[in-house]
Amino acid sequence: MATLAAPAGPIAERQPTDWATPAMRSRIAARYRAERNFRRLGAAALVIAASFLAFLLFTIVRDGWTGFQRTETRIEVQFDAATLGVDPAAVAGPQGQALLARADYQALLLKAAEQLGPADDTLSDAAWMDLREALMDDPTLLGKRASLWVPVRSSIDLLAKGKYDLAAPAESRGVTDREVSDWRWLDGKGLLRTGFNTTFLFGADSTEPELAGIGGAALGSLLTLAVTIAIAFPLGVFSAVWLEEFAPKGRLADIIELSINNLAAVPSIIFGLLGLAFFLNFAGMPRSAPLVGGITLALMIMPVIVIASRVAIKAVPPSIRDAALGIGASPIQVVFHHVLPLALPGIMTGTIIGIARALGETAPLLLIGMRAFVTDVPQGFTAPATVLPMQVFLWSDDVQRGFVEKTSAAIMVLMLVLIAMNSLAIYLRNRFERRW
Amino acid sequence: MRLLIAFALVLGLAGLAYLAGRARGNRMVTAAGGRMGAVHSRPVYHGAYVAVLALAPALIVLAGWGIVGEGLIEGQVLGSLSAAERPAPGNDSEALLNEVRGLVNGDLPQAFNPLAPRLAPVYAAARSNGDLLAGALAVALLAMGGLWGWSRLRPDFRARNRVETQVRALLLVASVVAILTTFGIVLSLIFESIRFFQLVSPVEFLTGLQWSPQTAIRADQVGSTGAFGAVPLFWGTIFIGAIIAMAVAIPLGLMSAIYLTQYADPRVRKWLKPILELLAGVPTVVYGFFAALTIAPLVRSFAVALGMTNASSDSALAAGLVMGVMIIPFVSSMADDALAAVPRAMRDGSLAMGATPSETVKKVLVPAALPGIMGGVLLAVSRAIGETMIVVMAAGLAANLTANPFSSVTTVTTQIVALLTGDQEFDSAKTLSAFALGLVLFVMTLILNIYALAVVKRYREAYE
Repeated sequence: MATLAAPAGPIAERQPTDWATPAMRSRIAARYRAERNFRRLGAAALVIAASFLAFLLFTIVRDGWTGFQRTETRIEVQFDAATLGVDPAAVAGPQGQALLARADYQALLLKAAEQLGPADDTLSDAAWMDLREALMDDPTLLGKRASLWVPVRSSIDLLAKGKYDLAAPAESRGVTDREVSDWRWLDGKGLLRTGFNTTFLFGADSTEPELAGIGGAALGSLLTLAVTIAIAFPLGVFSAVWLEEFAPKGRLADIIELSINNLAAVPSIIFGLLGLAFFLNFAGMPRSAPLVGGITLALMIMPVIVIASRVAIKAVPPSIRDAALGIGASPIQVVFHHVLPLALPGIMTGTIIGIARALGETAPLLLIGMRAFVTDVPQGFTAPATVLPMQVFLWSDDVQRGFVEKTSAAIMVLMLVLIAMNSLAIYLRNRFERRW
Repeated sequence: MRLLIAFALVLGLAGLAYLAGRARGNRMVTAAGGRMGAVHSRPVYHGAYVAVLALAPALIVLAGWGIVGEGLIEGQVLGSLSAAERPAPGNDSEALLNEVRGLVNGDLPQAFNPLAPRLAPVYAAARSNGDLLAGALAVALLAMGGLWGWSRLRPDFRARNRVETQVRALLLVASVVAILTTFGIVLSLIFESIRFFQLVSPVEFLTGLQWSPQTAIRADQVGSTGAFGAVPLFWGTIFIGAIIAMAVAIPLGLMSAIYLTQYADPRVRKWLKPILELLAGVPTVVYGFFAALTIAPLVRSFAVALGMTNASSDSALAAGLVMGVMIIPFVSSMADDALAAVPRAMRDGSLAMGATPSETVKKVLVPAALPGIMGGVLLAVSRAIGETMIVVMAAGLAANLTANPFSSVTTVTTQIVALLTGDQEFDSAKTLSAFALGLVLFVMTLILNIYALAVVKRYREAYE
């Protein structure tokens, strides 16, 4: 090496570094310490992010798992025809079921509640529905006594679940002394039990926490997503095919590509403004409808599907196209018989991820009025409906204490569905994606 | 519902047209002695050709009726009233028509408006006439198109080429939807914003320091006159999205990316990366709920412990912190890409000179990847300022111009939601201002994105 270039001027002779000197040793030690600290810093960043996630999930599950349960109390019901206001003879007739459906169960319930003594105001407002259900299932009960488990009020329900801090002073604990004593009385008599809350899973929204369910919102989500998929999937795949396989290089293709890239980065709420200004105000489509929500979300996730599909189509090796073209297939046949089937796993993965995003989206739907209070399951694509994340939002806004656990429970359901969808996407990718 | 049945019917008939065309194709093959080559196109293409000619006009008719039909019927129903009885256009007409629809569909047992029962039969008649007419027209066009297509089939008819041209046209139309969407967004934002700027001057909107959009709806109402200076909103958006959230997301995201790419064992990485990505998959409404219910009280008690008496329960800090966590995976994956794009020789060279891995990262990789990282951060900022649910649920509505993270600020997206939910009056400045805010948000994110993408692209090219 020394022979390569003669130094221009005299250079100072440099002694090789003596690594054993205390100065060098402490320097090395300092550098290694910095190295360890940096590494710890990186690990700490990950731990912080992961523990935030864990904390979030823990809080949701801690608050939410009781949302799947409800507290019921046992009452003895005398199915008295006079109180119900029905004629026993007519009930046996052909109109019997219709007659029973219209009977006065509120009065029956009021009577039955008297046996609860001091705690007669603890039954849920909708407990009469359970009486109706029991009688309609078995009309022979008319005139007989039966022992039934009916839901209690939300405050009693929460007391039974231990959601109140009873040591706190009465004015700040959020529950009255009367309710606490009612609960103690019922609990002391062994009249309470905890059951699985089917109302929560299958029922629709309600102003009473103990009666509110996510069934309506889940069906609304399903209808909305059906519209979204029906529009976004074909549009996304077709435009990806056109851009990748047929687009002539030129201004049109550039503009389309630019549009798609920009749409992918547009904040979701802007799509809500589009839906409000165009679909609702200009085109006069119905408010709060899954149809409009679905179209809006379809426009929002279409860029996601286009971008994923383009990557998948691009990954199909050109040799496959060349071979098909070589034996006489037309370009369209090449795409639909060979390229698309091979790209399908990637396209499906992108589509599922897009749909998962649409399922968790709230902001654009807020603007097109899907925050409607719907106490029944949605009736169709143009009827008012709400969706799961919107139900979470609406309940989280509610001042009633009982909705906290309902909100968290709804979040648990939503997150489970989302995790299932994302796992499916990962599974599809790993199982079917071919690498060339 | 009836429209759905009509669609199903039309699709079924088109299926028949397909079968007829294919059968004719098959017969031509048989007539040629079973030799497939004697007929230009395969039978399926003959079928598809006939089906497309039958289906396309019918679908256009049905879709057209679905879009404009309701408006035509409403015009006819309102037109049946004498001029004196006719309600004022807008809300009054809409309410009346809703009652009429309710009566006709049987959702409404009894109408409040005395006109409604009289109009119900008119509406029902117009609806069934219109539906019938549109259906008949669709079926007639379907039959005509199908028959014409069917009559053109010959052994030398190039059905495949025709069908393929149609498919290509369909692909092009699908692609153009993206342009139409962009135009739709721009037009609807600009159109409503212009109406807003006729009421409020753009200068006041962009530079004013007072935001209180409550305008008096009735003339005699005692209320604020409305002030539309959006600077406090812009500040709140930047404060939460670009300052607090980034103060959380940049260090955590960057350090996570460095640890995952430079230090982590592949097995550990396999587990940690999906966990990080899970943070990005959590719906924003869940973050909002968490921020409002769990983080905000914590932040508030922290502020009280610091001795602040006026700590807000919807502080900028709570919303910003949670938003920052949401953005971590985004920053991390952008930083990951940027670090991966640094040529391996630079890293190896640094390590070979005796630098420790952390010195390599700090003095070689990060400086070399800085433009890419900065581009990623800008993209993250653009995402953060457009984020809605977290700030709607956890940030306040008070438009304060403050840099105190424990006090409440409001953002552009929060205001859009607040202005557009509830009662809407589409000629009031209050409602229209939401679109002006939307326009500002759209332009801001667009500029950030275009600039950031250009930075990232130039950076990648520098190392290629």
